[in-house]
Amino acid sequence: MSPTITTSSEANGNVSAATARAAATAAATAEQSGPRTVTLAKALNTAMADAMHADPSVLVFGEDVGMLGGVFRITDGLTKTFGKNRCFDTPLAESGIVGMAVGMAMNGMRPVIEMQFDAFAYPAFEQIVSHVAKMHNRTKGTVKLPMVIRVPYAGGIGGVEHHCDSSEAYYAHTAGLKVFTPATVADGYRMLREAIDSDDPVMFMEPKKLYWSKDQVDLDALRTEHTENTERGTSSEGRAAVARPGTDATLIAYGPSVPTALAAAAAAAEEGRSLEVIDVRSIVPFDDETVCASVRKTGRAVVIAEAHGFASVSSEIVARVQERCFHHLAAPILRVTGFDVPYPAPKLEHYYLPGVDRILDAVDDLQWED
Amino acid sequence: MTISADHTAQHPAPEDRTPGPAAPGNAPEDAASEAVRKFGITVEDYMLPARHQIQMVGPDGTLNPHTEQGTQPGHEYALPGDGELMAAYEQLVVGRRVNDQNSALVRQGRMAVYPSSHGQEACQVAAALCLSDGDWMFPTYRDSVAVMARGVDPVQTMTLFRGDWHGGYDPSKHKVGIQCTPLTTQLLHGVGVAHAAKLRGEDTVVLAMCGDGATSEGDFHEALNFAAVFHLPVVFFVQNNQYAISVPLAHQSVAPSLAHKAVGYGMAGERVDGNDIVALLAVLGRAVRLAREGSGPLLVEAHTYRMQAHTNADDATRYRQDSEVAQWVAKDPLSRMKTYLTDCGLLDDDRAAGIAEKAEAVATQLREGLSEEVPVEPQDLFKYVFSTPTPQLKEQSAMLADELARDAASKTEAAK
Ligand SMILES: Cc1ncc(C[n+]2csc(CCOP(=O)(O)OP(=O)(O)O)c2C)c(N)n1
Ligand SMILES: [Mg+2]
Repeated sequence: MSPTITTSSEANGNVSAATARAAATAAATAEQSGPRTVTLAKALNTAMADAMHADPSVLVFGEDVGMLGGVFRITDGLTKTFGKNRCFDTPLAESGIVGMAVGMAMNGMRPVIEMQFDAFAYPAFEQIVSHVAKMHNRTKGTVKLPMVIRVPYAGGIGGVEHHCDSSEAYYAHTAGLKVFTPATVADGYRMLREAIDSDDPVMFMEPKKLYWSKDQVDLDALRTEHTENTERGTSSEGRAAVARPGTDATLIAYGPSVPTALAAAAAAAEEGRSLEVIDVRSIVPFDDETVCASVRKTGRAVVIAEAHGFASVSSEIVARVQERCFHHLAAPILRVTGFDVPYPAPKLEHYYLPGVDRILDAVDDLQWED
Repeated sequence: MTISADHTAQHPAPEDRTPGPAAPGNAPEDAASEAVRKFGITVEDYMLPARHQIQMVGPDGTLNPHTEQGTQPGHEYALPGDGELMAAYEQLVVGRRVNDQNSALVRQGRMAVYPSSHGQEACQVAAALCLSDGDWMFPTYRDSVAVMARGVDPVQTMTLFRGDWHGGYDPSKHKVGIQCTPLTTQLLHGVGVAHAAKLRGEDTVVLAMCGDGATSEGDFHEALNFAAVFHLPVVFFVQNNQYAISVPLAHQSVAPSLAHKAVGYGMAGERVDGNDIVALLAVLGRAVRLAREGSGPLLVEAHTYRMQAHTNADDATRYRQDSEVAQWVAKDPLSRMKTYLTDCGLLDDDRAAGIAEKAEAVATQLREGLSEEVPVEPQDLFKYVFSTPTPQLKEQSAMLADELARDAASKTEAAK
């Protein structure tokens, strides 16, 4: 049975006995059951806490992740709950953090490590590309690296240089890395649990501007869903989601661009145009099936991403969809992406970021007159 | 599995440190103050290498006077036992034979490349022999002889250089990391393995190896610092063979010695004659023992020489003089041991012949194993990228299978 993937909190099931059990094991993060207001930050934090409860080999480390709880507070309370052997600060050295995690993963642990910001993961690039991505392949699967590298990424927070890079393409381009990026609160929990469960390394790209976004989410129901998926061997891994159904054109977005795409779709609806929004969720592996099914249905598509457009994830998506859906297309697939410039200074970033108007302009250009 | 060892227990994280002078007796002890107590020396004398490199048997094969063997307080070394020395000598002879056989196989086109450790065999053998079964070794591309001396099948070891896959042995089974090429990246993997073991309360020691040039890399620094801060049982073993491809050590570092770098990380360093297996066994043996007992990491620099070119693709005459190489022939690790063991009465013609026979058997194994044409499996390209191939990899694998099927069909057609 394939799992249900939703990007809102609507589809939460009933609280079952399994939920109660899961909730009991997650006593440290005990909340009352039922939907309540949860931030993406809290969902990610809960996912780590639950994974640490479930498996003593899950370890969290990085820069300032201990007593401080991370500069974004995503690891808040983990040291207090699980002790300094399970969640701890390292010296300031990103290659060291990733390289040590490789060794720990080789020796029975499941490290979940934090890069403080997107651009500060670059010192670790060699370890990520030459070892994290390749160890499984070079050892013909005898060495698995079940590790998660969490990267707060992308802009829209008025951050200064080096704090707003969309670095997903570097990782997506590297064979052997899974690249996930949640856009909703529920997916924050769901996808981080799946990433931690994965026997392959996962680059977990967290849209930092969405950390404080809120949704009505039932964390207990998500725990149950995770437990049931684990028991059944199903999961939402590698699957895109229909974030908003529509019929006239498809907006394909991921991570920080999903809420922008949804806002554009809402605005278009007022003008009488029905846009479907696809949340890619998993850049690697990529869900050609879901994305192409939508484009075949609508015949038109715009890909939206914050990253520079040139040689990017958005170019990859356009190429793939075009190859597979050519005869269903009524117009060329367009893109709304960041310009091919270094990420701008705070006062200029609004010119750079894909916004609702630019998306609607692109939709208008989809050759409706033909 | 339980995680019990508290890495902050012995070596507190900064926020736990009580300000002011630590109360003696109940204050948590770090490696240095423990050493001060144990060896009765200053912290500086513990961390700084001995004033001279440790050497026990000189180039001419005679045992140094006891006072010159490494007797400085805190740097005292005992002579290894006869059995240990004979086992090491046997491995030395095997190692030399392996190096020369592999170089010959490269010349015959049986192997793509071979970075020989000819001249460095004493380091190679001691690196393997100083470890227990549960310990881990993290070698480089140059350390094939060490990998084999650790018990990995010679032909499996050479898979990387033969070119049919990136590696041929299972690192987890042998507790030997991959023979790593990106310089010093493997040191951090060693640190991670040691850290995981420590958290589980296991007494694993990790020997992490690199060359002299590699000590300039960032990961060298990060690995030493992490190991020291987390107080991990890692012995960093630097084979200073004087060159990084063409670049001599003077262009890498102006530190008094590479072993002196340890001090900056708060760990102990030692220099040893890398062509004297007796001293190597003593120094590495003690380092491994101290690490296992909880002293934290140590750095050992072995002074040796790369007798041949960097690899078969290199031309060493462009950057060094034959006269320099000749000086090192006189310091050869095998000949000095042969003299020493013969003079001790441990080695005679019969035993030497037995050892040569064993070395020849390994060479034969390599020749036969590497002259065999191993069929490569094109579908292996896709099988191991992830635990389960992605839909995209399945498509690509089907495409290649189809290409190959059509190729085969057209060949059969043409044959008709
Ligand atoms: C990160 C990195 N940079 C460059 C190289 C290319 N390279 C391979 S071996 C080598 C020299 C290393 O010298 P040293 O550390 O002294 O080891 P040796 O080869 O002498 O054993 C270089 C530059 C590499 N493998 N990795
Ligand atoms: Mg060298």
